[in-house]
Amino acid sequence: MIHNKTILWVLTCLVLFLCGTFAFSQEPAAPSNVTAKDTPNDDGSSITITWDAAPEDSGVVGYKILRNSDAGEFEEVSKQLDANETKYEDKTIIKGKTHAYIVRAITDADASVDSQQTDAVQAKGQWFHTGKTPLFIAMLLFSAAIVWNIYNARSGKEIFVRRIPGLEAVDEAIGRATEMGRSILYSTGLGGVSGVATVASMTILAQVARRTANYETPLRVPSNDPIVMNVVREMVKNAYLEEGRPDAYNEENIFFLTEDQFAYAAGVDGIMVREKPAAVFLQGSFAAESLILAETGNSIGAIQIAGTDSEHQLPFFIAACDYTLIGEELYAASAYLSKEPMLLGSLRGQDWGKVILFAAIILGVFLELSGITWITEFLQRVN
Amino acid sequence: MELIDFIGIWIAAFLTLCIYSFLYRDNPFYRFAEHLFVGMSVGYTITISIYQGFIPFAWEPFWEAIKPFWPGVPREAGWSGLWKLIPIGIGLLFFGGVSPRYTWLIRYPSAILIGLGAGLAIPNVLRADIFEQTRGTVEPFASINAGTLSIWGILGAILMVVGVVCTLIYFYFSVEHRGPVNWLSKVGIAFLMIGFGSAFGNTVMGRVALLIQRVDFLINDWIGSFGALF
Repeated sequence: MIHNKTILWVLTCLVLFLCGTFAFSQEPAAPSNVTAKDTPNDDGSSITITWDAAPEDSGVVGYKILRNSDAGEFEEVSKQLDANETKYEDKTIIKGKTHAYIVRAITDADASVDSQQTDAVQAKGQWFHTGKTPLFIAMLLFSAAIVWNIYNARSGKEIFVRRIPGLEAVDEAIGRATEMGRSILYSTGLGGVSGVATVASMTILAQVARRTANYETPLRVPSNDPIVMNVVREMVKNAYLEEGRPDAYNEENIFFLTEDQFAYAAGVDGIMVREKPAAVFLQGSFAAESLILAETGNSIGAIQIAGTDSEHQLPFFIAACDYTLIGEELYAASAYLSKEPMLLGSLRGQDWGKVILFAAIILGVFLELSGITWITEFLQRVN
Repeated sequence: MELIDFIGIWIAAFLTLCIYSFLYRDNPFYRFAEHLFVGMSVGYTITISIYQGFIPFAWEPFWEAIKPFWPGVPREAGWSGLWKLIPIGIGLLFFGGVSPRYTWLIRYPSAILIGLGAGLAIPNVLRADIFEQTRGTVEPFASINAGTLSIWGILGAILMVVGVVCTLIYFYFSVEHRGPVNWLSKVGIAFLMIGFGSAFGNTVMGRVALLIQRVDFLINDWIGSFGALF
């Protein structure tokens, strides 16, 4: 009897040992449900690979992605991904070629097992980003509000614009320069021609040029960007033509200085201390050179009117200049100065947008306090 | 110390002192440094523009586009590359500025650039400055409802809403700022000024760090190099 029991114990231990050995020596299962699909809503420059996560006790410590191009050899295209990853976006594809993928599971014993090869897929660009539909609708509504207000303004409807002190000083600054027989210095800042602040600055400059054309006051514009310089020349020339003073326009007063930020600051400072302009306009996009320019303008006693949408430079302009257009006041300035129906209508349209925003915030606060979160969920989805 | 390093340190120190001399007044040393700085930066920019702009984005695409038309090159090499000539042609319109008669040509590439810039900027502004900011302003009230926000968090959330709303009213241009609108816009400008004040202090600290770096160079590197003279 004892003999039989001993044999039973030995057999049980043997079976358990063999089962354990078999279990531990087995390779992990290959990654399953591996798919490769063209990444939606992109320009056709990536493919997204997905797979099912390996079970926690599978011993998988990470994954590597292998890719082939046009049915060629497979090669690794990713570093080792974490074991909890189930998605990889391959942004290194070759456009126009088809790619197939294999997901390689790596175990803690440095073994690896490959998944089945996916179907070959070719990335294609999409013309319309479906995730941005709400943004598109918002833009359409915003544009409709602006067009409607422009239409109204052109139909003769009076549009009120509140007083902006910095802009009321423009005539004062130009008049002072004229009386003193000195020039006006106008800087459009460091922005390129496609920058919103630079565009706003150039439209203000056109209005300033109209006034200087009448008074024959020299208007000096040192430019940081050759393209901006060319556009500014065209705008100022037009302003002089419209005022009937093409003879007073001097192209050499609008010149390229340099594209380097601090070399530009050094150059404009030099012009300021040597020519001593009576009025300095610093309008546009500025960076760390803002205080250098504003301080020099202050030291020569010029009337300074600054304006920028660069939040970090506004404090320096406020501290060193006589008047400062803060952020959106810069955009409103051209409408304020010119009183053109198109610009006034556009300004009113933007104000409508602010009313909607105002309402959305107040409504959102009350809804969130009531436990209704669809506004924040919607805004989250838009982003 | 290598001779080349020694010379470099002395040139850098001389130019630094030339620029700082502007703090006293405009003088020939400052003018020298200013003109050198402007001239060198223009030269550097032109070189960079040629190698990083003109050659890869105009010169090479141009030759690639017209390659199929060279004798001996098979025509099937592709006509599709010809589209690359369109942006190059638009860019060439900027040279209209060279002749007063054709200056008007500049308007076309300028219009494209301005339109493109605005088109790219507007959706980003809507997303980041409007949608995201609205969400950030409103979202803490969900935590207030859930009872997970501290008293300071609640105060911060309320302050944020008041600040955003009042600042929006300050930037409302098509109504006269009178009565309650005037008061609310004054609260808005107060919020703005508090923000500017903190930004001012923050940036000044950064600038002081830059000054310390330059003074450190003058004391340690430049004055330190005096030993090599003797």
